Amino acid sequence: MKLDFEHIPAGHCENGVISSLLKYHGLNLSEAMIFGIGSGYFFAYMPFVKLNGIPLASFRPVPGMIFARAAKRLGIKMKKQSFRKQPKRAMDELDKVLEKKLPVGVQTGVYHLSYFPPAYRFHFNAHNLTVFGKEGDTYHISDPVMEYPTTLTSEALKKARFAKGPLSPNGKMYYPISLPEELDLKPAVIKGIKQTADWMLTIPVPLFGVKGIRYLAKRVRKWPERLGAKRAASYLAQLVRMLEEIGTGGAGFRFIYAAFLQEVAELFNDERYNELSTKMTAIGDKWRKFSSLAAQTCKGRSSDPDGYNTVANLMMEIADDEEQFFIELKKIIKDAGK
Amino acid sequence: MEKDKVPQDEGITAGITREVQYAVDENGKYVKTFSKGWEPKNIVNDLAWEDIQEMVDEADEKIKAGKASPIMHFMAKNLMNITLLADYAELSKWKVKRHLKPKGFKKLKQEQLEKYAKIFNISTEELVNFNPE
Repeated sequence: MKLDFEHIPAGHCENGVISSLLKYHGLNLSEAMIFGIGSGYFFAYMPFVKLNGIPLASFRPVPGMIFARAAKRLGIKMKKQSFRKQPKRAMDELDKVLEKKLPVGVQTGVYHLSYFPPAYRFHFNAHNLTVFGKEGDTYHISDPVMEYPTTLTSEALKKARFAKGPLSPNGKMYYPISLPEELDLKPAVIKGIKQTADWMLTIPVPLFGVKGIRYLAKRVRKWPERLGAKRAASYLAQLVRMLEEIGTGGAGFRFIYAAFLQEVAELFNDERYNELSTKMTAIGDKWRKFSSLAAQTCKGRSSDPDGYNTVANLMMEIADDEEQFFIELKKIIKDAGK
Repeated sequence: MEKDKVPQDEGITAGITREVQYAVDENGKYVKTFSKGWEPKNIVNDLAWEDIQEMVDEADEKIKAGKASPIMHFMAKNLMNITLLADYAELSKWKVKRHLKPKGFKKLKQEQLEKYAKIFNISTEELVNFNPE
């Protein structure tokens, strides 16, 4: 059995899965719209959380949050289930829901997804995909990060749903059970934008938002001296990977947000959001420049502090741009509420 | 970024997939386009794999010197640390640490060897007979 499900490649897995699940149920919302409403834009530097032994920098809030906020703000009810240490039940339950002709979102560990390029397959457990059919022992998979739909054997899917380590999925699965009769996008958009601006500007901890970017910039400057050339390169490389790799849509989600703002301009019929979208594109382009320069600096693992200073300077510049941007956006969104 | 400037540098996803990249078209409208890859991403990815290879090499050196068991090689190769391996093996960390030593490895029962082999997606023979070149 294979459901008539449209595979929509997306920049980011979480928003991509939700967007295509909703589309199946007749609700047309782009990935960018879900991302914006769910306040997906963020920056966090968390030296106390390590990934591959390196402090984590993230350009988005914790996994699951974007989607939870978007669902709440849009009045969408999802059924969510987890199955701690019960892989068989988790697979049976999935089959049952599929038989009701409902595609199902599942959380997986990318390490076990055999269809991914080897370069993607790190131990990251918060990857989302949609299961939209089962034939014999084979599941039909729509993974938004992939260009085309794909398949997994039940054994492989089970392994991925029960990956171990941080953020282990424990077989988590979800699907919409009730959609709003009439969708009122405006209040949801306003809430989403307000929260993003607040989180970027006002969290009183120096690790988050624009303050976090500045904080990390200062650390980056010291990396060659503090860590040595070799380790410093590994740190900077991982920062670029968080920014550009696996489902960011480029430049740490900044371009997705710019796309969202164009939709907002149309929704409110307000040209100012288009102008801000252009500014956001420029910010994204600066992050791309950062990635490019940072990669050149890592390459060959030179200990020359100049490369690190150059990218740190650029980060300080971007922090200023983002601060300016969200101050403006916050002003404009106040009018939208009236 | 403009649509016609979306990089198409083959690399980590070559022959398998292309990534979605948001870019503006000739009318300034955002569209989803596909990118084959981007050189800076290839560079940083190579660096990450260099780090992994180094862990594997270090493990192999220890195995050759009789200081570690084959499990250390496959642990590194599978991008795992002791915490994660212990999680997969459903064992305490100190037990896994013991199995990482040649002495502890020798004492492993068939059943446990099979369990480790399954985690690493190899046969028990491959695990037991592993010999770093």
